[in-house]
Formats: sequence, structure tokens, C-alpha cells
Amino acid sequence: MEKWPNNKAWLLVLPVFVIVAFSAIIPLMTVINYSVQDIFGPGQSLFVGTEWYRQMLGDYRLHEALWRQFLFSGLVLLIEMPLGILIALAMPKKGWGVPACLVTIALPLLIPWNTIGTIWIIFTRPDIGLFGAGMNNLLGIPFDHTARLLDAWITVMLMEVWHWTPLVALLAYAGLRAIPEAYYQAARIDGASAWSTFVYIQLPKMRGVLTIAFLLRFMDSFLIYAEPFVLTGGGPGNSTTFLSIYLVKIALLQFDLGPGGAFSLIYFVIVLLFSFIFYQALQRVGKGEKA
Amino acid sequence: MARVELNEVAHSYLPKPKQPSDYALKRIHNVWEDGTACALLGPSGCGKTTLLNIVSGLLVPSRGRVLYDGKDVTASPPEKRNIAQVFQFPVLYDTMSVFNNLAFPLRNRGMGETQVKERVLEIAEILDLTPFLQKRAAGLAADAKQKISLGRGLVRSDVAAILFDEPLTVIDPQMKWHLRRKLKEIHERLKLTFIYVTHDQVEALTFADQVAVMFEGEIVQIGSPQDLFENPEHRFVGYFIGSPGMNFLECTVEGTVAQVDGTSIVLNEETAAKASKAKGKLEVGIRPMYLEVHAESADNRVEAKVRMVEDLGSYKIVTLKLAGNTLKASLPEDQPVPEGRAWLAFPLQWTRLFDDGWLIK
Repeated sequence: MEKWPNNKAWLLVLPVFVIVAFSAIIPLMTVINYSVQDIFGPGQSLFVGTEWYRQMLGDYRLHEALWRQFLFSGLVLLIEMPLGILIALAMPKKGWGVPACLVTIALPLLIPWNTIGTIWIIFTRPDIGLFGAGMNNLLGIPFDHTARLLDAWITVMLMEVWHWTPLVALLAYAGLRAIPEAYYQAARIDGASAWSTFVYIQLPKMRGVLTIAFLLRFMDSFLIYAEPFVLTGGGPGNSTTFLSIYLVKIALLQFDLGPGGAFSLIYFVIVLLFSFIFYQALQRVGKGEKA
Repeated sequence: MARVELNEVAHSYLPKPKQPSDYALKRIHNVWEDGTACALLGPSGCGKTTLLNIVSGLLVPSRGRVLYDGKDVTASPPEKRNIAQVFQFPVLYDTMSVFNNLAFPLRNRGMGETQVKERVLEIAEILDLTPFLQKRAAGLAADAKQKISLGRGLVRSDVAAILFDEPLTVIDPQMKWHLRRKLKEIHERLKLTFIYVTHDQVEALTFADQVAVMFEGEIVQIGSPQDLFENPEHRFVGYFIGSPGMNFLECTVEGTVAQVDGTSIVLNEETAAKASKAKGKLEVGIRPMYLEVHAESADNRVEAKVRMVEDLGSYKIVTLKLAGNTLKASLPEDQPVPEGRAWLAFPLQWTRLFDDGWLIK
């Protein structure tokens, strides 16, 4: 390959490089630095190589948190994707209903995450919460998310679905609106059923936005921290201790910077790996040469 | 196959239309005979697509009835009408192969797989799509995609009519010509009723046996391409068909002579007699190719100034100034164009008179 005689253009990349360095590369290097040292105090540290990695990879609490995290993200995707699409399909296509629906649906997305946790604490309290008190006193079903594992999971899932399904719904709605009317007209003329129209027109045309929704929901739910931390604090027991909650416990509450660094990097690699796999898989969906 | 009849059809997109301008289609009363290739020609916004959607059943007209072979189908949805429609942009089922795309309308109607295969292969052969059958439809060129859209209509043996809504808009010029010939060939072979909407006069005139020219929600004239060219019944037909369009000169009629800003143009006696009863704005109309341009003065010739000559290779377009009016004449390549001044002759049989846009006959 021929070399460019003048390479000054590279200098134009410099500002971006500096910004990215401060926002991402330097913090990441610090984490890597921590992850290979045992830090006793300021200025006192010992190089330990891969010891923290081995320790964290063998930590049964991390394993538990990881499986919990997969279960959580899996449920999130399983519920929010179909539900979001369903909501988008049911939304009005024109008239005053459109802005009304859009704003109502988008509301949960505008609330600060800590506030969401607080809202749900109050909402599900067995003594005064609308939901909690209603379950206990009106329906006679005992419900207490601070005491019972299943109740805690139900509450966390409800909160997550309430908070983030709107994002999927809005993306799916945008995708649906972008389909030209002629496709629906052609489908009617071809005698396609509502189901065929959905499978052969709407779903394929929504693939782009749904891929984005899927990846966003996977990453966000895998990294979730504030809402369950506020709502359950990881309990009862460790039953809702997700990876990020466990990580904060190690790195900031116990101040184990080395294991915390190693944990962070393992966490990062897992998210990156799965996002990559999902992206590749979703790109291939519906592109096979089928007869 | 069917005879498509529109009975006093009018349509408005407003829920409660009041005045005529609220109507996208004013009054359409028309019959397309079985097996004809018809074109609907008109500028954008004249109601062509509205009319087509009424025929296909995507729209229910505000007034009037649609009849297929005498049967009232006004209230039937498109899937019950046995029609096929090809849209401006190719509409495909992206995730399916070409074969499945073509088979889709048949499978939706519950046809057995062996028959589906037989029928799809037959139509693919006609459309030259056989080599692509197992390919995914999304990856093909625009003209192949448009052929698939057409094929989805052709596979249905019960199809009454095929409607085309400016189907060649997204096709490259070279392929346009090719595809147009293919359409013509298919029409001759299958003898289906084709209704073809376009704003391109070349497309309409080469494709159709019968062209309906639409203007502001009305069909102003229906006829063969030759008819439309030689005997435009409305000012708009004269202007819209032919390149350049017909010349129009505002005039008053005295005896058998039309007065245009002080110059006299001799008219056919019969026409002139009828013109005396006309109440609207009178205009003399003549096609550029029939307007004679001479270098010398003679009887019944009027003087004009030559403003511009455009040589288009096989013919020349001369822009002339007659009193305050601009005229265009198209002359054969070998005829010299007089410089500065010219004398125009208006041959009697090609000089028309229009009253408020409508031909006096």
C-alpha cells in the first residue's frame, strides 16, 4: 500500500483522542492497574499478577450474582420485547391520541432512577402502599418484597418492565410508522391475514429498531444498579444482589480495589461479548437463503 | 378478467364535502372494456391514484358505484375483488425468496402446494424470473422487484384486472423501455384488463390502446393516442399531450375570422358559426407540428417574429412572437427557418377553437 506523503491530518484526531483518553482510556487503565495490584494504602502496593482474576472467577457469590443477572436480563427481554411491540401495534396511528399516547408512555423514562426505586418502595409497602396494602388487605394475598424472595423478584421485575418497556414501545412504534402504506395495501390485495402481515411485513421492517431495542435493553438490564439498590438493597438475603450491586459492595464498601478492578473488567468483557454475539445473530435473522 | 365500470363516482377525502373543490374526484362515469390496456394520464394531484384506489377497493368512493362485469363491488374490500395492483415503489416481502413472494397470494387463498408450484413456475417463465426463484427478493434490482410485484398479481388465475400506479418511476431509463415492452407483451399474451396510471405521456401513449386524460378530478377526454393528439377536446389535453404542447391564442370571432391582437386567422365556417353562440373565453389552438412557417408573405398568412430556434436533431422547435403571444412551431430538420420575420399559416383542418377550455365542434 502506498504511504501518504503528508500525515498532518492525523493531528485533527487529537482533540477527540484527548477527550476519549480522559473519559474512557485513563479510567480503564486505572482499573486495569488496580486489578493487578494489592493496595494496602496510599503509595503502598504490591504487584500480584492474575491473582485477583483467579480469586474473582472462583468466587461463588460472583457466580450466583452472574446467574441471577442472566435470569434477570433474560426475563427482561422475554417480557419487554413482545410487550413493547404489542403496545406499539395497539397505539393509534393518527389524531390527538398519538401525542397523548406518546407522552403518557414516555413518562416513566423521564423519572430519575433513584426516584423510581423510591416510588416502588412506597407503592409496594404492605402497610400504606397502594399495591402492597391492596394485595394484603383487599385480596388477602400476603405480599412483602422486603421479606420474601419471590415477592422481591416480582417487584423488581414489575418495576423494570414499567420503567423500560416504554423505550421498546417507542422504538417499535417509530419502526411501524416508517412502513409505507403501499405494503399494507399490497398485503390486503394479496389476501394476507393480520398474522401474515405482522410476520412478513411489520416484523422484518422493524428489524433495525428492534435490534437497537434488544441491545439497549440487554446492556441496561445487565448493568442495572440504582433501582434495585434503592428498592431491595440486594435482599432479602442476597436474592436480588445483581452484579453491579455486588461489585459496589466489594469495591466501595469493603474497599477491595484489586478484586473490584478484576471484577469490573470481567463484567465489562461479559457485556461486550454478549452484545457482540447478539448483534451478529440479529443481523443474520431473516437473511438466510430460504426457499 | 372483467369489464370495469365506474358509475357516477365521486370522492372526497373530507368527511362532509360542501363545494366542488372539496372533491378529489368530481364525477367519473366510465367503462373499461374487458381485456383492454388503458392508461390514466394526468399531472400530479389530478386524482389518478384516488381513482385507481377506488377501482382496487382500497378506497370506498363518497358517491357512485363500481361494477365488475355488471356486479356491484363498491363495498367489497380489495381481497374480495380479484384485482392486483403494482405500486410506484416495488412492494416485496423482504424476508422471502422470489418463489415464496410469488406463491404468497396463492397460499393465502388456500391453494394446494402442487398447484402453487405449477402456477408460480409458469408466471416466473413469462416474467423471466426463473433464474432468481430461490434468491431472496430483497437483493434484486428495481426492475426485477417490480416484475415480482406484477407477478404476485399474475399468478392468480382469477384476477379480473391489474392496476399499475406509476410502476416505472424508480426504474432506470434503459430498463424502463424493456419493462414497458414486457408489459405490452404480457397484455397481448394474457388478455387481461390493464389500468395504468402515469403522468408520463410517452408511457401512456406507447402502452395503452385507450388513454383517459385526467385534469382536476375529472376525465376530460378518452381516446386512442392518435385521437388525443389530433382532436384534443379540452385545452388541457392539447397542452399536456405532445411536446411542445398545443399553442393557444386568445381571440374574438368576427364572421369566419378569429381576431388575435389585430391579426386575423381564418377559421372553418361551421366552427365559426358555432363560436358566435359561445359565451366563455375563446381561444384558437394549433399543434406546433401543424403550424406552417414561411419566409414569404401570401394570402392568409400572418406576420410573426422569430425569437429562438432549438435544433433537436430530427426536428427543430421555433419560438415565434405573434403580436403579444408566444407560439411554438416544430419544423422538419431540412426546412430552413426564416431569420427575423416569418409568415405563419394556420391550416384550416388543424386550427381549432376552444370555448372556456372546451373544443367547439
